[in-house]
Amino acid sequence: MIYREAGQFKTSYAADQAIFPIVQDRVLVTLGILAAFVVPPLVANEYWLQAVLIPLTIYALAALGLNLLTGYAGQLSLGTGGFMAVGAYAAFKLATAFPWLNILVVFGLAGLMAAMVGILFGIPSLRIKGFYLAVATLAAQFFLVWLFNKVPWFVNYASSGTITAPPRTVLGVMVTGPQATAPVRYVAALGVLALFALVAKNLVRGRMGRSWMAIRDRDIAAEIIGVRPLRTKLLAFAISSFYCGVAGAELVFLYLGSAETLAFDITLSFLVLFMVIIGGLGSILGSLLGAAFIVLIPIFLTNAPHHLGLALPVALQKQIELMVFGALIIFFLIVEPHGLARLWQIGKEKLRLWPFPH
Amino acid sequence: MTEVLAGLVAPFADIASSPRFFAEVLIGGVAAGLMYSLVALGFVLIFKASGVFNFAQGVMVLFAALTLVGLIERGLPVAVALALTVLVMVLLAFAIERIVLRPLVNQEYIILFMATIGLNFFLEGFGEMVWGANVKRLDVGIPDTSFKVAGVLVNRLELTAAVTAAVLVTVLAVFFQKTRIGRALRAVADDHEAALSIGIPLKTIWTVVWSVAGLVAIVAGIMWGAKSGVQFSLSLIALKALPVLILGGFTSVPGAIAGGLIIGVGEKIAEVYWGPLVGGAIENWFAYVIALAFLLFRPQGLFGERIIERV
Repeated sequence: MIYREAGQFKTSYAADQAIFPIVQDRVLVTLGILAAFVVPPLVANEYWLQAVLIPLTIYALAALGLNLLTGYAGQLSLGTGGFMAVGAYAAFKLATAFPWLNILVVFGLAGLMAAMVGILFGIPSLRIKGFYLAVATLAAQFFLVWLFNKVPWFVNYASSGTITAPPRTVLGVMVTGPQATAPVRYVAALGVLALFALVAKNLVRGRMGRSWMAIRDRDIAAEIIGVRPLRTKLLAFAISSFYCGVAGAELVFLYLGSAETLAFDITLSFLVLFMVIIGGLGSILGSLLGAAFIVLIPIFLTNAPHHLGLALPVALQKQIELMVFGALIIFFLIVEPHGLARLWQIGKEKLRLWPFPH
Repeated sequence: MTEVLAGLVAPFADIASSPRFFAEVLIGGVAAGLMYSLVALGFVLIFKASGVFNFAQGVMVLFAALTLVGLIERGLPVAVALALTVLVMVLLAFAIERIVLRPLVNQEYIILFMATIGLNFFLEGFGEMVWGANVKRLDVGIPDTSFKVAGVLVNRLELTAAVTAAVLVTVLAVFFQKTRIGRALRAVADDHEAALSIGIPLKTIWTVVWSVAGLVAIVAGIMWGAKSGVQFSLSLIALKALPVLILGGFTSVPGAIAGGLIIGVGEKIAEVYWGPLVGGAIENWFAYVIALAFLLFRPQGLFGERIIERV
């Protein structure tokens, strides 16, 4: 009844091509974004911001990046953790070498660095496909993490082997470092995410996104109609790695504060891949939903026995968490293999007809 | 310049100066490679028959070893414990086919892959919950000692593993080539629909394949468990088996063995002679680099089926 586009006429191509052609969508999304910026910093406590919302926004950015590569361009990658590590270590080196550089610029440069590494490790994708490629990208994962672990130059010869986010301000507000408050870091991460999500949405609607999808659906046919596989695949790797690199830099600078290479191991790659699959391959919204799901489930599982009044031994609880997490993933894949984004779409279709059955 | 020289010349000089040590490194590499092959075999079997890239194979190895050790610790004789473990793995295969695979028939390969990662998490938690998370020793009665053959040290345990792997591959080859079920398996691997239409029951075949992969997991679990103890890190050998897998080709049993040997030997030699120059611990990624180098020339792996693409 409320959600209906009847009577909304488009009189220009621009209106027809809008990201959200329906007024209700536009209003809802605008309100949602505003609420995301304003409400949590005012309402949420330190725990919610630090344990849930900040990691959620950062993982969502990484998932967005991987979704561009895997969901849109069809190149399965397990090297996300490695590319995020490149972003984090590049940001650390840049921030400590050029203290006067704005931290947001540092994030961008770190992303560029990750993009270059991404292109390098994307080269095999021209010849290798499917699972062979997935395993090949593991080479990036293991090699990069090993490199950052072994070469002391990357950690500025710190004996602890960790990188620590130096205190930096943006517009006079402390954004990184120990003094930065959780609300500020949250807003910074969310700002980056909002900007990048907008860019991603437009990328996949445009020429580039279309050529990615052509390559994904049938690469030989795409090549025949004039999509250049070399350029398209490497661009997908570059842009995806750029997103992941920025997310990696944020992970250290806005969330963890300090980190070792352990934070970027293979588990992280799988986690981000889960977000993409659970959220929905080839969907921008799906990346965000998937990140929310994967971040919230463990928190829910950790707290559930406590609220139910069960006192489980720590080890047992950890094991049950693992089991439930695994079972939930299988369950979700069986129930809705196309991810949360598809559920959202079905809901929207239903809402359009409501309250009528047809 | 001296560093380049050190990297290019010195290791070869080392090799030339002590051929006996080089032979030992080589044998160690072969043994390690066969151990990887044992794990990779499980992957190949399942991928061949159902097109599922079973990431949970590593955890299946851990689970099998945990079950075996747990049963032996409960005071059961080894033979009984082994029989029970086999039973558990077959039951597991049934459960996986019924609960995970059947509802996901005809889904995209990446969805099935993800499901096996979910299975990976589940089995990891389940195994540790039932049998405990502490490191266990698995004593198979073969001392982890070495003896000399023509002046070269050979480890008894590694030798046993090598022989076991050889026997296993032979048995599997005969099973695939000569038996009725083996032929059915190959038919399913070749073309699901054609196999179905001539009356091969797909569900049974999948259960059989997962059971066989479970049995291979038991063997791998025994060998790896005897070598390095039964513990969580055992499940990570799946990551070591992956380069073996892509090097040999996803669909080839001999490929898994050849890939294992190439990776095992290459890795050991690189670690011993070049490792110190770059700070060591290169074992984690070097295997992937070897595999990648081969893949650039043969994208389907050494023995994989040739990928023919049509529009």
